[in-house]
Amino acid sequence: MTKFSSTPAVVAAISPLLEVTAIEVFYESSILAVADVSLRVGPGEIVALLGANGAGKSTTLKAISGLVLADRAVVSRGDIRLRGESVAGIAANLLAARGIVHVLEGRHVFGHLTVEENLRAGTFLRRPGRREMERGIEEIYGYFPRLRTKRSTPAGLTSGGEQQMLAIGRALLTRPELVLLDEPSMGLAPIIVEEIFEIITALNRSNGTAFLIAEQNVAVSLRHAHRGYVLDNGRVAIEANADELLARGNLADIYLGV
Amino acid sequence: MSLFLETLIGGLLAGTMYSLVAIGFVLIYKASGVFNFAQGSILLFSALLLVTLHEAGLPFVLSAALTMLVLIAGAVVIEHTVLRPLANRSPMTLFMATLGLSYVVEGTAQGLMGAQVHALDLGIEDVPIFFGDVLVSQFDLIAATTAGTLALVLALLFNRTRIGISLRAVADDTRAALSIGINLNRIWQIVWAVAGMVGLVAGVMWGARQGVQFSLSLVVLKALPVLIIGGFTSIGGAIVGGLIVGAAENLAETYIGPFIGGGITPWFPYVLAIAFLYVRPAGLFGERALERV
Ligand SMILES: Nc1ncnc2c1ncn2[C@@H]1O[C@H](COP(=O)(O)OP(=O)(O)OP(=O)(O)O)[C@@H](O)[C@H]1O
Ligand SMILES: [Mg+2]
Repeated sequence: MTKFSSTPAVVAAISPLLEVTAIEVFYESSILAVADVSLRVGPGEIVALLGANGAGKSTTLKAISGLVLADRAVVSRGDIRLRGESVAGIAANLLAARGIVHVLEGRHVFGHLTVEENLRAGTFLRRPGRREMERGIEEIYGYFPRLRTKRSTPAGLTSGGEQQMLAIGRALLTRPELVLLDEPSMGLAPIIVEEIFEIITALNRSNGTAFLIAEQNVAVSLRHAHRGYVLDNGRVAIEANADELLARGNLADIYLGV
Repeated sequence: MSLFLETLIGGLLAGTMYSLVAIGFVLIYKASGVFNFAQGSILLFSALLLVTLHEAGLPFVLSAALTMLVLIAGAVVIEHTVLRPLANRSPMTLFMATLGLSYVVEGTAQGLMGAQVHALDLGIEDVPIFFGDVLVSQFDLIAATTAGTLALVLALLFNRTRIGISLRAVADDTRAALSIGINLNRIWQIVWAVAGMVGLVAGVMWGARQGVQFSLSLVVLKALPVLIIGGFTSIGGAIVGGLIVGAAENLAETYIGPFIGGGITPWFPYVLAIAFLYVRPAGLFGERALERV
């Protein structure tokens, strides 16, 4: 029936890697950013999280990664489970150790560190030996060859596409099971966006790394995802397999909040 | 000519003492964005603890080692009781907290170790040395070497070690650092401990020169113009800023002093700093956001 088999959705239903149940998130204990979001990501799945500006995509990702704490926001209701264990309220750096890494919206690279130092910083979590660290970094250069040519450049001076690749590469070096990607396409040329999504798919196939990707670029993200959720005003409006979502004519209506 | 050279060199060497104090501020400001007003009292506390232990009969090296242990423990306590609860608050709140902290540290120092002046003899004789016909103080020379070595060690720490890279990562982007598993609280503890050690070195050098006493915490006031000139975020800037302040105040004292009756050194660095503020608000090496548009 589909481009991808329906297996991932089934797997997700049986034993989800990540299960978010009816969360509600407030900023500054008064601004309601997420009202009621439930979602699942199965092991090895790519899931798209769609929605207009302000729909609550980033906040949902921050709730999952624990970075809500750094933004003085709280998950006031609901639960977040990783492999069945509740992880709500755990600090982001500890969740990274448990296999969730968050690539923030807007290319948060360490601007004064060189490209290679950024990548090294990604490896620290697993405390690898020198050899292992080099091997990990080489692997990332294999996926993103442009980063190799910029290895000694301060990350802040590289192009937008290179910064996005660097942020993703750095995150992968933490050896995650689940990568939360927030708008990887933002501000990038279509050809770079395509390149980045190709690499995500390749990584997903070869390592079985799961991805939850917040995007406004519906077409590209759904072409590469297995399933998708559409958020509207802090709630899940639609949940379906990617190809069904792509086929839906009225997606744009909901997406635009009409 | 030799008077000019002598004044300049003497000033530059003395300036490294200001750099020593300023480096402690830079470390903490870089890693946590806090202007740590307590740096002066920590400097005083550590120097006082060291001489007290030494006077009680412990060898110098052992006293220094014990003082460092106390500084590490202190950093952990400060991180737990001040920084962690106030994380993500405004810089003003944090500044006020360090202001309070400075009184706590000074009060503790006074309560435990008294308020009298202690002499600290490092065994360095302050005899002048002649280079050609230029006269240089041996003490200044050793102080400058110490400051230089310390800066070198810190540069290696920052650029070559995992802790150093993590620390710079936190300084650049705290959230991204958290997201890849860097333990922010641990980094803060390390930075405060390292800043404490730098304070100890500065306190020992200053204490050896003017005695270990409560006015030692006022060397902070010497660091402020250095920071304004060199920038709050660069160790290199702290060093160059110290050199500039040292040289400028010495030259001013010698060449302008006589016309206005001397006493220039306390305020001249501030005039210089204000002049710098006009031209370069971020300081010579102050961090500009590194961004390509
Ligand atoms: N740091 C913050 N403090 C207060 N309110 C916030 C903060 N971040 C987001 N919000 C609010 O929460 C709501 C959801 O924002 P969120 O960033 O999650 O949306 P989004 O779907 O990621 O949007 P975009 O596509 O523009 O990135 C918005 O109304 C926004 O104004
Ligand atoms: Mg967003």
